[in-house]
Amino acid sequence: MNALPETGIGAPVRRREDFRFLTGRGNYTDDINRPGQLHAWIVRSPHAHATIDAIDKAPALASPGVVAVYTGADMVKAGVGSLPCGWLIHSRDGTPMIEPPHIPLSPERVRHVGDQVAVVIAETRQQARDGAERLAITYSELPAVISMPDAVKPGAPLVWDQVPQNSCYDWEFGDKAAVDKAFQEAHHIARLELVNNRLVPNAMEPRAAIGDFDRGTGEYTLYTTSQNPHVIRLLMGAYVLNIPESKLRVVAPDVGGGFGSKIFHYAEEAIVTWAAGKLHRAVKWTADRSESFMSDAHGRDHVTTVELALDKDGKFLALHEHTLANMGAYLSTFSTCIPTILHSTLLAGVYTTPAIYAEVRAVFTNTVPVDAYRGAGRPETTFLLERIVDVAADEMGIDPAELRRRNFIPTDAFPYQTPVALQYDSGDYFTTLDMALKEADYAGFEARRAEAARRGVYRGIGISTYIEACGIAPSQVVGALGGRAGLYESAEVRVHPTGSVTVFTGTHSHGQGHETTFAQLVSDLLQVPMESVEIVHGDTNKVAFGMGTYGSRSLAVGGMAIMKAVEKVVNKGKKIAAHLLEASEADIEYKDGKFQVAGTDKSKAFGEIALTAYVPHNYPMETLEPGLDESAFYDPKNFTFPSGTHICEVEVDPDTGVTTIVNFVAADDFGRIINPMIVDGQVHGGIAQGVGQALLEGCIYDEKSGQILTGSYMDYCMPRADDLLNFKVSTHNVPAVDNALGVKGCGEAGAIGSPPAVINAIVDALSSLGVRHVEMPATPLKVWQIIQDKRAAKAA
Amino acid sequence: MYDFAYHKPASVADAVALLAGADDGKLVAGGMTLLPTLKQRLAQPSDLIDLGGVSGLSGIRREGDALVIGAMTTHGAVAASAEVKAAIPGLAELAGLIGDPQVRNRGTLGGSICNNDPAADYPGALVALGATVTTNQRTIPAEEFFTGMFETALEEGEIAQSVSFPIPEKSAYTKFRNPASRYAIVGAYVARTAAGVRVAITGAGPTVFRWKEAEAALSANFAPSAVEGLKAPATNLNSDIHASAEYRAHLVMVMTKRAVAEIA
Repeated sequence: MNALPETGIGAPVRRREDFRFLTGRGNYTDDINRPGQLHAWIVRSPHAHATIDAIDKAPALASPGVVAVYTGADMVKAGVGSLPCGWLIHSRDGTPMIEPPHIPLSPERVRHVGDQVAVVIAETRQQARDGAERLAITYSELPAVISMPDAVKPGAPLVWDQVPQNSCYDWEFGDKAAVDKAFQEAHHIARLELVNNRLVPNAMEPRAAIGDFDRGTGEYTLYTTSQNPHVIRLLMGAYVLNIPESKLRVVAPDVGGGFGSKIFHYAEEAIVTWAAGKLHRAVKWTADRSESFMSDAHGRDHVTTVELALDKDGKFLALHEHTLANMGAYLSTFSTCIPTILHSTLLAGVYTTPAIYAEVRAVFTNTVPVDAYRGAGRPETTFLLERIVDVAADEMGIDPAELRRRNFIPTDAFPYQTPVALQYDSGDYFTTLDMALKEADYAGFEARRAEAARRGVYRGIGISTYIEACGIAPSQVVGALGGRAGLYESAEVRVHPTGSVTVFTGTHSHGQGHETTFAQLVSDLLQVPMESVEIVHGDTNKVAFGMGTYGSRSLAVGGMAIMKAVEKVVNKGKKIAAHLLEASEADIEYKDGKFQVAGTDKSKAFGEIALTAYVPHNYPMETLEPGLDESAFYDPKNFTFPSGTHICEVEVDPDTGVTTIVNFVAADDFGRIINPMIVDGQVHGGIAQGVGQALLEGCIYDEKSGQILTGSYMDYCMPRADDLLNFKVSTHNVPAVDNALGVKGCGEAGAIGSPPAVINAIVDALSSLGVRHVEMPATPLKVWQIIQDKRAAKAA
Repeated sequence: MYDFAYHKPASVADAVALLAGADDGKLVAGGMTLLPTLKQRLAQPSDLIDLGGVSGLSGIRREGDALVIGAMTTHGAVAASAEVKAAIPGLAELAGLIGDPQVRNRGTLGGSICNNDPAADYPGALVALGATVTTNQRTIPAEEFFTGMFETALEEGEIAQSVSFPIPEKSAYTKFRNPASRYAIVGAYVARTAAGVRVAITGAGPTVFRWKEAEAALSANFAPSAVEGLKAPATNLNSDIHASAEYRAHLVMVMTKRAVAEIA
């Protein structure tokens, strides 16, 4: 069926963008320099909470090369608006969440270490930094609140005077009455308190932004490290700086990783754009790594209690979640929907749990804002679900794989309506579980545990059967749930006169390999060589509109928009071909790159039709416009639901507390796959990040001073190659039903499924000591301490 | 980085003169600690005196029963040296565990010992092997050289030129790395010499120290089991988010035991 087996859908084509990335030919924001460009240094708060009593600009302005110094007061005076939050959540009493203002430079008060206080702009970066050191700021420190459990205590210091008990919202979701009833009637209740650790995103490329202003035309340009330049243009133009879209271009060129942290509209983007307009010169800012730690939105940070009610056979009757979700000091762009809409709606997991009730309270603290990070809400759900299932299995004496199987949604039950809003369109959880159990030799595990015990080490195995909701999102659903924007996607397919094709997508690639995947898709759909298809993204002056890339949406939503535009191209081509071939349009088929009159050998090649469209000598001018350039917007009918099983096997050295992963197996269902090599890469990367969260990474604050103790790679531990092993990944793909491509999305699944597999394995390894839970990251110190405590308790 | 005057003298005497003439001069060897410090503006020396141009400061040679290694010899050179691997394999292994390839190709023995970072590896080897440091003024036994956290016995204008490592019967280094920085949370260097067993611990305390209790036990019975029941005192040990003092004390025993197991 496929005439292009080397490059078509399903072919493991090497990423075409890698040549420029791997040979230093990429064009990142920091690589861009504008004529007459100035440099900005952001002056950041050294305090977690303080009033700004006075700022004396004079010594900074007198510093060599300094051109300007701006403060929050200057921005307020100029009418600069607040960085907006994109999602409105209502509390259980019906009141809207409390949204404090977020002026790009904080006037009057600072609320976390790293908060932006002023910007010093100079001819060189060094001079800007020198000037910043001379800026005289007088602060009065205020009591700060760092940990969430502290923040919700009566009498806790308030991050915002207008936010009682630091509570942004107190949200509930699901059927409380049904859950209460089920818990009363349950045979067994498993209960666990757990923390989902705060993470620092750590994209390889630090954030950067260049604001430029053309005095001749009055046009602003922002070059920025963004996953969604059109959204930045909309938010910054309309809400913060009051610049119409027609006068504002946003370019997100090559971007070196985002993991969610580059979705949001950041203060620095508005600062450099605003300053460029005032100074009539380009202004560049590039974060150094220390700034990234204290200014990129962090991820996760939940404190949760979860309870699962079961009947005597282990069937899940009801689930109850209570979570405190950290917002940090300000509401970042999508912060409010992460622990609610993207989190609690997934509490059914892959199980038939009939009654579910969630209570989520969003809490302000004097810390860096928290927002989406690879998985965004779903890793938190998966962690609490897959942990409580293991706790229940242990307490009821049922094998964890068997308990999961007993509660899986049956394969013939799709579409399956969960009790928490989502309707799953397809899936087969039994097959991926069986594949993973076989690959992991689950049956033979106890022999390996015994062998390890003879060597004096604890060995454990852990299962995670995850599902996630991605391909966000149906705009009407999003709107009904408080989203302030629709989440459709756009595409334009421009066929050139000689038959080459440029595809403009509103999604953005910052590591995902869209330039390859989308070229394969279009090549396959149009049956033209992949080499003649170019993918363009990341520039609001080139692409009409777009919502960007996050939530594993690019293929399921952006790819569908491309498919829709391709269909329009083919339909128009049929009209042209019908005219040239003197046939009825209904009789024209498009196949193997040719428009053919069905049942005859009369045909016109794709290139001939393209040329005719642009050189219309023989053309039906009365009924058809020249040109072959079609746009489409696609709004998804539903989320997509990738799922699968991760199994991790570990050894824990009781002498040191070191956990070593000795095997890791993933069997996933991603629906139809365009490029299996890219999918493998996404899964490997996602698992590495999930293992990072489970074993290595954790953002730790000093609870008194509010300083980040893990503010550099000396203390924040990123996973390295030698921390990992070669994961065994495979797929069993059940096509999605709710999009015509049948695709599901694979970008986040690795980071969603893996952390509970790792922790379940560690808990299993230590089960003979009576260990029920180990918090992430399971560092050697933490694991050693648990072993010491349990051994001491046993001896006592 | 703040501005500074850069010098690249050709001799130790010139370096000493430059140092004496500077307001706040700093010697730079490989620069693996100093340069990141400067980039973060945590130090502001008036003058940087680069020892990279001074001849005769690097190289590895055998002198009788000792290996003499020049202060400017890189960790990479020590790790790869056939001479070191043959004479003191534990020392070559230690050098290969420092940092990453980039650091090992720039960082030097002299830079490491003169900085005396409590989590550095080399001090363990120097103390366990009973090495002596030769400066432009004198020779200093290792145990007297490392005086405290980031402090050494070096006087003003004194420059370490080489280290002489007596060749032991056997020696081994075992390191428990900080998972993030890969510095030593605890490093144990165990040396078996004609004069007895020496155990030097780095990473655990403010500076390198000998664990004499273990030395006594191992002198009587050179086997992993000899240290099994011992407990290093946790008082005065470092404590941070990666390792409590109690954990470090425990790791001192475990790392010592593992080093012994390598050579017993």
